Amino acid sequence: MFSIIRKTWQSFTSKNQPEEPNGQDIPSPSLRQVRTLEIEIAPNDPLMAYFVTTPGVVEIERLDMDSPALRALKQAGIRITAPLVSQGELIGLLNLGPRLSEQEYSADDRHLLNTLATQAAPALRVAQLALQQQAEARTRERLEHELRVARIIQQTLLPKELPDLPGWRVAAHWQPARAVSGDFYDFFFFSDGRLGVVMGDVTDKGVPAALVMATTRSVLRAAAEHLDSPAQILAQANDHLCPDIPANMFVTCLYLILDPLTGYIRMANAGHNLPCQNTETGVIEVRATGMPLGLIPGMTYEEKETTLAPGDGLFIYSDGLVEAHNPQHEMFGFPRLRQKLAECSAGKKSGDTNVIAFLLEDLANFTGQGWEQEDDVTFVTLERQPESSLSVPGEPQGETVAAPDKQWTHVAEFSLPSEPGNEMQAMQMVATAVQELDLPAVSLERLKTAVAEATMNAMEHGNHYQEDLPVEIVVRRSDDALAVLITDQGGSQVIPEPETPNLEAKLEGKQSPRGWGLFLIKNMVDEMNIYIGDSEHGGTHHTVELIIKTKG
Amino acid sequence: MAQPIFEAKVRLAGQRAIIDMFGEINAFADGDLNAAYSEAQAKGDADILLNFASVDYINSTGIALIVGLLAKARQARRDLLVCGLSDHYLEIFQITRLADFMKIYPDEQSALQAA
Repeated sequence: MFSIIRKTWQSFTSKNQPEEPNGQDIPSPSLRQVRTLEIEIAPNDPLMAYFVTTPGVVEIERLDMDSPALRALKQAGIRITAPLVSQGELIGLLNLGPRLSEQEYSADDRHLLNTLATQAAPALRVAQLALQQQAEARTRERLEHELRVARIIQQTLLPKELPDLPGWRVAAHWQPARAVSGDFYDFFFFSDGRLGVVMGDVTDKGVPAALVMATTRSVLRAAAEHLDSPAQILAQANDHLCPDIPANMFVTCLYLILDPLTGYIRMANAGHNLPCQNTETGVIEVRATGMPLGLIPGMTYEEKETTLAPGDGLFIYSDGLVEAHNPQHEMFGFPRLRQKLAECSAGKKSGDTNVIAFLLEDLANFTGQGWEQEDDVTFVTLERQPESSLSVPGEPQGETVAAPDKQWTHVAEFSLPSEPGNEMQAMQMVATAVQELDLPAVSLERLKTAVAEATMNAMEHGNHYQEDLPVEIVVRRSDDALAVLITDQGGSQVIPEPETPNLEAKLEGKQSPRGWGLFLIKNMVDEMNIYIGDSEHGGTHHTVELIIKTKG
Repeated sequence: MAQPIFEAKVRLAGQRAIIDMFGEINAFADGDLNAAYSEAQAKGDADILLNFASVDYINSTGIALIVGLLAKARQARRDLLVCGLSDHYLEIFQITRLADFMKIYPDEQSALQAA
């Protein structure tokens, strides 16, 4: 290791006074040539020890030691030098070359230089520290910005909306310990109505874990596209991850497929916490075992099954909850979790208890105030409603209904690729198309917001931002109404019924602040209809019809 | 990806911090808006005024960001004031009930006078 130190070479002169550009003489300062000289002094160079331990001005010519730095100083013509030492560290040299009068430096000169060095050393140190701090602050700011962007990107990898299954309540909670997380959950919608649920937990946290999380999620999605056995999906994901995952990392993962009609669940487990099933008779763990993903290729996974009866719930969770510590260093632990789930189940008989809110509150009570979250905390709950509470089924969404078009006149239609930001374009195109209708400003603004939100949903949830999958928009008018039909290409994801978001719960942090899209759309238009039909790209498409009245 | 077309600047009017927002409040505004809020909370020691006068578009994700700010402000026991909303976004603040939790003024001047 070399330390690089800047040195200053000053010489005094009374000759060769420079002139100002305008040719006028200026009063002669005594200080003339000042140069910066860069010399490297190795930490083991004897000159370093000499400078640090010998206070005062040093006459270079009189020094004799085997030192490359000393040779360099002599070569540069330095006669005397004052080491700038601050807190035992050499931070610079104040060097003087030969006097132009060719006389030796006097005792007074040396005294002056010494005084100057004594004052300059701390000032220079402060300046160096300030510069260093500025540079560090800039680096910190850049890193923080990058992390903020990473978090936004990671959030787009999590499901935006929860599955809406008649007779079921599905909830999720994701709380990273740092800006980004190694935990994730995901839902897959099979065309026959079954729901795939996955939870994963990458070793470690922060950025490395988040990168592995993104890969794992993609690998699982790819496997779930053509396989429908949880064990096979995990085995294939494991084989794909093994060659690429860093040596010291792995992913625990639980994968299950639920048939919402019967409550029947098949699951496989790659080293993840055992899910807890809340039943009428108590809490049971559903035990399927297997190695975490990414450790050893060629693993097979055990498949287990269970059935959630009406009133039962399944709780899936990552380590962050059970491994949280209180100020007395006690761990939250599995026994407490099982006890709390049982309490929650008992409470449900007398009222409506939200498992996730209940556990988060208990976690907060357990850890106390000022808890620094140790690990990412993620939950998914699947609760089958008790039969008595099942409401009369509404109109089935699956019914394929063609939008009635007898009384409608075609106004415009266009198609947009599913790229983030294209909802703005959709909004403008619709606004232009309806210009001739001369809508009141209020109606136009409402329509624009509804179109933007519906287009965003179609690109995101329907087409998963696959650019080659277009969003198709048709504008029609009748005597007394305007209709905009927005169609995605995709998948079997069911568009949930719009619900009024619970703002209080969101403000208390008990629910995600998101989830306003459908609610906004519904409130912006006079009528909103959802149709499902067969897509030419395979699978089904959804059409959201937005209607606003132009008369009355 | 679309360009992040959002900016948030913080200034002080007495002890009150004002966050002037410009452009579109959507997912891309997340980082800058939250950074501006933290700056505002650190700079001023009274309530915080969100100035929407130069905002052209707020989507559902933007609403979620504002809910997030409001949650933070309530935790810090600071009031959030709002000014400069267009009639359309005022309606959206009413529909979403954000208006029940934030004092809303037509413009900056009236917000500063009233508070």
